[in-house]
Amino acid sequence: MIDRRAFVASLSAVALSAGCPTLAAAQSDPSDIRAVLKTLIGDATPVEGKISLDLPEIAENGNTIPYAVRVDSPMSDAQYVKAVHLLAPANPHPQIASFFFTPMSGRASVASRMRLAQTQEVMAIAEISDGTFFMVKRPVKVTVGGCGG
Amino acid sequence: MPAKPRIRLPDSARVGEVIEIKTLVAHAMETGIRKNADGSSIPRLLLHSFEAKFGGREVFKASLHTGTTANPFISFFMKVSGPGEFEFVWIEDGGARITERQTLRIA
Amino acid sequence: MSWRGPGPPHAPPAQYRHCLRCCQDGARIFARIVCGIGLILSLAFTSPRFGTAGAQERDDRIERALETYRSMMKADPWSNPGMLDVDRGEALWRTPGGPKNVSLEGCDFGLGPGKVDGAFAGLPRYFADADRVMDVETRALWCMEKLQGFERTKLITRPHPGAGTPVKDLGAIATYVASRSNGRAFAAPLSHPRERETLALGESLFFRRSGPMDFACSTCHADSGKRIRLQPLPFFAKPDEARKIVGQWPAYRVSTSHVMTMQHRIYDCLWQMRLPEIELGSEASVALISYLVKQAEGGEISIPGMKR
Repeated sequence: MIDRRAFVASLSAVALSAGCPTLAAAQSDPSDIRAVLKTLIGDATPVEGKISLDLPEIAENGNTIPYAVRVDSPMSDAQYVKAVHLLAPANPHPQIASFFFTPMSGRASVASRMRLAQTQEVMAIAEISDGTFFMVKRPVKVTVGGCGG
Repeated sequence: MPAKPRIRLPDSARVGEVIEIKTLVAHAMETGIRKNADGSSIPRLLLHSFEAKFGGREVFKASLHTGTTANPFISFFMKVSGPGEFEFVWIEDGGARITERQTLRIA
Repeated sequence: MSWRGPGPPHAPPAQYRHCLRCCQDGARIFARIVCGIGLILSLAFTSPRFGTAGAQERDDRIERALETYRSMMKADPWSNPGMLDVDRGEALWRTPGGPKNVSLEGCDFGLGPGKVDGAFAGLPRYFADADRVMDVETRALWCMEKLQGFERTKLITRPHPGAGTPVKDLGAIATYVASRSNGRAFAAPLSHPRERETLALGESLFFRRSGPMDFACSTCHADSGKRIRLQPLPFFAKPDEARKIVGQWPAYRVSTSHVMTMQHRIYDCLWQMRLPEIELGSEASVALISYLVKQAEGGEISIPGMKR
């Protein structure tokens, strides 16, 4: 029986030398993510803070990855979260979901499940009623892609 | 027969309390990227929207894309204003709708 | 089902281990898997987080991180998408159907007609009306045929779902019935001689090597710590491990977005082993399930499970 480490090390060597053409083809053009961001948040520059994103560090299968996103906000009529956008820049299509809150929401907190085609940094962006934007990025290692395999 | 969506509300709630609402719906969320055995693409068919209303007023909305998994699970919150009925609607590409209603009991 | 005799004792040839998971897209999937693992391992080897630790520690950290993923998936049983099929199975159970337009509420799973609570915990068992030992799916098939008038050949032809499509009606009904034993321990009876014969057959099939790769179930499932790529393989021949695993089937499988029943799981294993197709409800299928359930005796039932 091949030693586990030798086995995966040999795979690693093959992968690096093969250049992963299939995965490269699946990845969206970097300009796609900029175009998507423009439609979602215009020319705004999100800053760090207020928004947090729970994600596992490694996903056994990219088909289903649980996540929870929270924004620190009083959710009052004067100061509330309008929207939270989830993006996967290395997916064939970068958008995961967008969530829209109202004054009835009480809390800007959502849990759901995403699909990731490959290892990447997932982005979550919050739009606040006062026109400010906040962003958080979390890396996820994906063992088997969830988009077409 | 297709499965009905699952909705989880607390058994009862107090006015002013912030409650969690969980939803789970059966849907393949076909991305349009998967291929058949013969190499042809399986056409895209997603639930592209989810809307939650309480007492006729919109509480929460989501737009869903290919990055959302099959059999979507969405949980969110609402601040309870009084008794009433929830209406949840999922809208599919092409316009078909899945609707589910549930009453919230006030303690 | 034809079996070739066991070959000389040796491990499966090394070149076949990579072929274990194959389909029409085999090469493409293999490339993705290789790349995926290559990416992880190259990140693991170069990342400062993992890089300074020994190789075994790295393996352990990866396994722990995967365990985090698995427990996040299982944290809320209510939200297991397999519950949608439990609900669907219950609706199918109660709704009149088939040419005879009758519900399945008269179906006897061993505790009397319509009694589902705890019935799955006592399966497989001998049924006098069918004069054979049956597991939950075989019994549901029997009731769909005899009570509702469905054609058996239609129900057993391509009975299992492809990736991305939900479990079929028979599987949904079986998942519902199985879930009504949640929290109970496996306690399949062995009082009837046919039950004992079925168990003995199951055990011999589990250890019998055959087919072009000379595999038996035991090739993968009769040792501790075995894996296929990143998927740990349960050691079913050891009751401790069997008790932790068998009670989770039927399970929702994340990789295929549907519930997989035990008959489907066995079918898929045999397909991977390049053995002939095993028929749903066949004596061999019930025998293998009987062996697994015996190994898991006393283990808790918690359905639907959540799997890769």
